[in-house]
Amino acid sequence: MHVWAWQIPIYLFLGGWVAGMMILSGYYLYVQTPKNGDTFRFPRPGGPKTESVTVFTPCTCRLTPWLGLVLLTLGMGALFLDLEHKPYVWRLYTTFEPGSPMSWGSWILLLVYPALLAAALVRPPAWLGDLVLSVERAGHWFAARPGAVRVVAVANILLGVALGIYTGILLSALGARPLWNSALLGPLFLFSGLSSSAAFVHLVARNREEREALARADIVFLGIELVLIALLVLGLLSSTHAHRDAAGLILGGPYTAVFWVLVVGFGIIVPLIIQPLAVTHRVHHTPIAPLLVLAGGLALRFVMVEAGQVSHWAGRLTP
Amino acid sequence: MARYGMVIDTRRCVGCMDCVVACKTENRVPEGFNRDWIAYDTKGKFPTLRTEIRTERCNQCDDPPCVTCCPTGASHVEEFGALVLVTHEECIGCKACLASCPYDARFIHPEGYADKCTFCVHRLTHGLDPACVAVCPTHCMHFGDLDDPNSAVSTLLASRPHYALLPAAGTKPRIFYLT
Repeated sequence: MHVWAWQIPIYLFLGGWVAGMMILSGYYLYVQTPKNGDTFRFPRPGGPKTESVTVFTPCTCRLTPWLGLVLLTLGMGALFLDLEHKPYVWRLYTTFEPGSPMSWGSWILLLVYPALLAAALVRPPAWLGDLVLSVERAGHWFAARPGAVRVVAVANILLGVALGIYTGILLSALGARPLWNSALLGPLFLFSGLSSSAAFVHLVARNREEREALARADIVFLGIELVLIALLVLGLLSSTHAHRDAAGLILGGPYTAVFWVLVVGFGIIVPLIIQPLAVTHRVHHTPIAPLLVLAGGLALRFVMVEAGQVSHWAGRLTP
Repeated sequence: MARYGMVIDTRRCVGCMDCVVACKTENRVPEGFNRDWIAYDTKGKFPTLRTEIRTERCNQCDDPPCVTCCPTGASHVEEFGALVLVTHEECIGCKACLASCPYDARFIHPEGYADKCTFCVHRLTHGLDPACVAVCPTHCMHFGDLDDPNSAVSTLLASRPHYALLPAAGTKPRIFYLT
């Protein structure tokens, strides 16, 4: 059976990446909520136009929620392209099916958009504030309300976790495909998304402190991802014959090379070697490690979706 | 309410494909797709080999994963006969039901919705057997209410050894094969 092509892995990758962005930006928004007496990057009404900036605005807060909105929309676009009965897509929002991960996902996505937008408006880029007055006003509004910023931060973290796990549970809930029959896919895709997000900030952040903090975080995320992959494989190998056959797809089967070389080798192991050297200043920070992490995250979704569809109970239909 | 099921005698099935043709005609199944098909299963070790021929289709499971995973409720269990059916106007064509079916019984109709065997529900409502059962020249297919102990299917299951496909998948299929 092969029903899902490139659209679903792209959607799962972008969804996971955005989930990671929400969690990281939520964390930064929470820990960096301005306290009373702080001054803000936006001039207050009636105040001087060039008020000094005392609150450091990490790239993680400033850029990632905006980019998240764009990436999530692209992911949703890919998902829409995959639908075979497109005019009926609105049916997703006429019901809630508690047993269907896809139904959960469609409602989670409906909450994710306003949460991302709110996070984007807390610390919008200065050029955008200058360009669009209402964006600047929203920035003022949040600047005067630290409590509201914390609510946005927590909402982003919680929805980010839900979105990240959902991208894995979407597959693992389909019991007919033995390779996907593991709840570990949820946390695996979540940590892969966190890793992609941290790698992206590592790639684009100008502030050295932030860049190194995210590179350090990425080392932890990649380590957890590696452990989850090992547990996933062990779980399959210790299960039924059909599950062992499914594990065989990446252990000697047709997906072995792409999984162990692209996903694990270049996507996890090589960055795990380079990034500790970079954060301890033994080698320069280069885009190589974060780009490999992003490519590895994408390859992980492609391999799991493709190999999962090949995995089957076939050959053992009868007792 | 009845709980319809099917019993197929693998000792009588000759793989003539009448059931396949009858289904395609009765349900206007588009070219290139099938709601039922013939499977050949060879077992044993040479020279003591045995080939079993059987007709397969949607197993109308008691615990249907295609219904559970459907995000819109298009795939549902109909009260009439506990049949697993698809409401075409509610299906978005996400293909989750195709991926969730261990029997690969579903396909995407060229018009975009998920399609599969319905046990010819339009015939059942008129008191007729499904088309495949009605045309079988060897009478290897039996249809009826599994909850009725006096039905043909129940008495066959009580008197003959039988199996269901993929019991390990846990979907509780309602098509049984007599051996």
